[in-house]
Amino acid sequence: MPRIETKINNKSQAFADNAAHMQKQVADLREKIAQIQQGGGEQANKRHTDRGKLLPRERINALLDPGSPFLELSQLAAWQVYDDYVPAAGLIAGIGRVSGVECMIVANDATVKGGTYYPLTVKKHLRAQTIAEQNNLPCIYLVDSGGANLPRQDDVFPDREHFGRIFYNQANLSAANIPQIAVVMGSCTAGGAYVPAMADESIIVREQGTIFLGGPPLVKAATGEVVTAEELGGGDVHCRTSGVADYLANNDHHALQLARDAVARLNRTKPVGLHITPPVDPLYDAEEIYGIIPKDTRQSFDVREIIARIVDGSEFDEFKALYGNTLVCGFARIFGYPVGIIANNGILFSESAQKGAHFIELCAQRKIPLVFLQNITGFMVGKQYEAGGIAKHGAKMVTAVACAKVPKFTVLIGGSFGAGNYGMCGRAYDPRFLFMWPNARISVMGGEQAAGVLAQVKRDQKERNGESWSKEEEQAFKQPVIDDYEHQGHPYYASARLWDDGVIDPADTRLVLGLSLSAALNKPLEDTRFGVFRM
Amino acid sequence: MLVKLLIANRGEISCRIIRTAKRMGIHTVAVYSDADANALHVQMADEAVHIGPAPSRDSYLQAQKIIEVARKVGADMIHPGYGFLSENAEFARLCEDNQIVFVGPPVPAIDAMGSKSAAKKIMEAAGVPLVPGYHGDDQSPALLKQQADAMGYPVLLKAAAGGGGKGMRQVHHEKEFEQALAAAKREAMASFGDEQMLVEKYLTQPRHVEIQVFCDMHGNGVYLFERDCSVQRRHQKVIEEAPAPGMTEDLRKQMGEAALKAASAIGYVGAGTVEFLLDTDGSFYFMEMNTRLQVEHPVTEMITGQDLVEWQIRVASGEDLPLKQDELKINGHAFEARVYAEDPDNEFLPATGTLSFLQPPDESEHVRVDTGVRQGDKVSVYYDPMIAKLIVWDEDRPKALRRLAKALSEYRIMGVTTNIGFLYNLANTKAFKQANLDTGFIDKHQSEIFLKNEADIAGLLPLAALYLVLTQDKQHQQSGPSQQDPHSPWQCMNAWRANVDHVQHLDIQIHDEVYQVHVRQLTAGQQRRYRISAEGFNVECQGEIRGDNFTVILDGHRQNVVIGSDELGNGNELGCSLYTQSSALHFRQKLPDLGLLDHDQHAGGFTAPMNGTVVNHAVEPGEMVEKGQVLVIMEAMKMEHSLKAPKAGKVLEFFYQPGELVDGGAELLSFEAEE
Repeated sequence: MPRIETKINNKSQAFADNAAHMQKQVADLREKIAQIQQGGGEQANKRHTDRGKLLPRERINALLDPGSPFLELSQLAAWQVYDDYVPAAGLIAGIGRVSGVECMIVANDATVKGGTYYPLTVKKHLRAQTIAEQNNLPCIYLVDSGGANLPRQDDVFPDREHFGRIFYNQANLSAANIPQIAVVMGSCTAGGAYVPAMADESIIVREQGTIFLGGPPLVKAATGEVVTAEELGGGDVHCRTSGVADYLANNDHHALQLARDAVARLNRTKPVGLHITPPVDPLYDAEEIYGIIPKDTRQSFDVREIIARIVDGSEFDEFKALYGNTLVCGFARIFGYPVGIIANNGILFSESAQKGAHFIELCAQRKIPLVFLQNITGFMVGKQYEAGGIAKHGAKMVTAVACAKVPKFTVLIGGSFGAGNYGMCGRAYDPRFLFMWPNARISVMGGEQAAGVLAQVKRDQKERNGESWSKEEEQAFKQPVIDDYEHQGHPYYASARLWDDGVIDPADTRLVLGLSLSAALNKPLEDTRFGVFRM
Repeated sequence: MLVKLLIANRGEISCRIIRTAKRMGIHTVAVYSDADANALHVQMADEAVHIGPAPSRDSYLQAQKIIEVARKVGADMIHPGYGFLSENAEFARLCEDNQIVFVGPPVPAIDAMGSKSAAKKIMEAAGVPLVPGYHGDDQSPALLKQQADAMGYPVLLKAAAGGGGKGMRQVHHEKEFEQALAAAKREAMASFGDEQMLVEKYLTQPRHVEIQVFCDMHGNGVYLFERDCSVQRRHQKVIEEAPAPGMTEDLRKQMGEAALKAASAIGYVGAGTVEFLLDTDGSFYFMEMNTRLQVEHPVTEMITGQDLVEWQIRVASGEDLPLKQDELKINGHAFEARVYAEDPDNEFLPATGTLSFLQPPDESEHVRVDTGVRQGDKVSVYYDPMIAKLIVWDEDRPKALRRLAKALSEYRIMGVTTNIGFLYNLANTKAFKQANLDTGFIDKHQSEIFLKNEADIAGLLPLAALYLVLTQDKQHQQSGPSQQDPHSPWQCMNAWRANVDHVQHLDIQIHDEVYQVHVRQLTAGQQRRYRISAEGFNVECQGEIRGDNFTVILDGHRQNVVIGSDELGNGNELGCSLYTQSSALHFRQKLPDLGLLDHDQHAGGFTAPMNGTVVNHAVEPGEMVEKGQVLVIMEAMKMEHSLKAPKAGKVLEFFYQPGELVDGGAELLSFEAEE
């Protein structure tokens, strides 16, 4: 396969400036994540561990195969969304290997508001179940939660995509033979009681885990009965009397070992279904990506330089290299898995959109997973292009992306604006995973453009009324719009709201894609049936 | 020449005798107990006869039964090996009565040396130098103590009928005398059915040097030089060598002639060993004479080029000694290391189990392995837990010692805990290399031998951590759900975490200490690099495991490490042994407490540490005891082990009475801790 020869001069001043800029963003990301991983803070953590409980991340470490990776998702969930500090939305979700099987792990963090469900906690839990469903991953719930966050019940309880959906999913995932295993390591109150009750198998920690529909205070209020939590819904009750739980564990470590044993006997195989070769590291250092992405977002760069730092041996077999060259398409491998890569190298024209649709058809036909590297300001506009049918050509690409049933993976490496987001497999197009780089921005259009459009409308209005509008006034009008777009288009803002599956260090892109690809291969590859392409 | 030889023994010595007999064209007959039905010695012999249940008193010690077997199969000669009936005058007499040749000395010679005190009297009369001591028949504790007080402490108490360190006690102070006397008597009674004691002056830095003698029926006697068996633990030999380091021609001659004098004083015939204590000033004292082939005879064979079993058979057949004194020469240097199933970290408690994997080093002119077991055999409670004798030879001591270390590192044993790592570290001590030997060697150098030195551990911990990580990677590759996904990134990026440092923390246990080590993977390619740190070190390393070899590069220093055994995956109890150039490292990965014992109704830990016999209950049921107080005394492998109270409380019930046989792991008592 042809190799990408880099044209980057990593000794140049521009490279150094870019790198420093990106390093700052990555450092900021790592700092935020480090803080988030402290959970509810020192005091809450101490209260938790003093009871002999492991912290949620320690639980996950003990559950995973020793020394294996953990692809944590949406670490920034609920970041600066609520007045309360709810790091990671009080719920850790991610994929890891347990007894050799890739599983979706969902762990409540009881140090964060007692592990109660905020609206975004529910969203994160449901997203984890969706990933499990799409990729055929067994689910392990490490339960330690007070249930729905009562003050916010209107945003947690009633709607379709609210709390009840968790159990709906459990039932339907189980029906699809996606095993549901619950480990009760703390409270499981009210609705939460259904997590272990709906599970295929459930494990409970003696004198620590409790499951009940109504806790002791509620029971006392309702009936006057005075009962301890352990008597009401402890491990002994549920393993010996009620049958709500199946295995009684002595402590957290024991419970997690029992969960590992449960996964080991699931009798699962991984279909894979791809032609695989031994992985080869890229020729170039992944951290050079830092110096390639321009500090000034308006400057362009050759996306092949990024591809060269992600794919095996930097080998990239480009499709239709001479045609519609603002969209780069081609075949490559990531950790030995074949992929079709679609990456923006400028604005989308009719040719590039048609080429993209063609390439997606190829990959869907051959069952080759697709990787989208988004850096798109949108489709070309103007009289000539509308007349050339850019809308229908763009629609072809959108149709192809929407229908393609091969696993799709999207990384936002720069801008993600407008219909470009659709054609390049944005969130609405159901990529199996979607990640953002810290420098990326997402909105219906760029802040400048939006402000410009709004200002133009305003100016027209004013001119119709015979009013004048100075340059300064216009700027004063535009600035808040620009600021809003910048704020709302920021990856932290996006990730906090679960518009993606996480913000990643650009240098980790190859690994994150590799892990995602491998996880996705747990689901047999499907045939694609495309809709009507407007010709 | 005799034609049919019965070997009244088992294990390696039986095999070793059969080998020589076969070479000499002699038909061999083995005997076996229930436990040995498929043993190597049974397989090797031309014939084999069952003689009883597993316990040796019901089989290998059944003199009458063995004689009957010999008569039935028409054996005209019996070789008793060592141990069992080898120094039993009664048995020798039975052989004589039944016109069967006993390969060993005449009955009176066995009798004479059978009682240590009687032996000393004979030696004293023959002018053989003796350690000051009391060998009298008056055994009143007061008199014994008075004798001890008179010769000055330390003194040594020994069973008059004993050998092999059983029924023996050092007494360093007069206050300890009475208690030590009682314990020694009890052991002597249990082992030999005779509690008579000798008291001797205890030399503080003595070496144990013994002379191999051989006499024929025609009045000829030679000595086949000396063996140094100074390296002992609890008076059991660990590593023996010949010749003795630093031995002068003159002293050798003096000792050799003294030994022959001792032999002729009792009309000795056959192979015998005269044990001496050699003091730092060159004076030597008679200790005892063993009227049999010694365990460590191979080192003598290696340096003289003679087959002592062949000599024994020829002498027993009435032939002249094959060589005269001036025809015997020392050639090179030899070591013997005794490979045991035992736990050096746990007071050398005998270990039992199945030898799930057994691969001795390759034999050559330099390396000899005398063993009686094969892969799949059990090391049982019934007999001595020796797995093999590893014997090496080379031109001189340093070269032979290098051979010993190498051969030890190549010995692969899995399924039971062994002392190989301990032997390896012992052989690698500076003092052993310099031959600064005395019987207190192991105690004196224990920090080196048992790796108690923090700097040594800091040098070895990264190896252990890297080994664990590489093994983990391998396991991940094997545990993946599909062979169709062999290169999955899920198995190649150690403990990776999104947007935070990905560091794996490993708890590594060496002896009783647990060290937390941090491992961070730096690269994901084929030759993965790691940064490994803990208190005291921080190194960058990479490595590769290929078969038994583990190649490591630590901060640019490449070394080859040999993997002795790896049972990390097998329930993790036995851990892993690694051999570097200079030391053996045995470690386990400490796993989290699963709380499985918390709900045991007893306070725990009252199980028999090995198969053995209950000697006595040290307390009454119901009696309140302090933490650390001895509750019950068990005996196994002729050594006493006591179980102590883990906390204050009381024994509710003993499940075994004194004298009862107990299986390892059996619960001995129920204990209630004080609230």
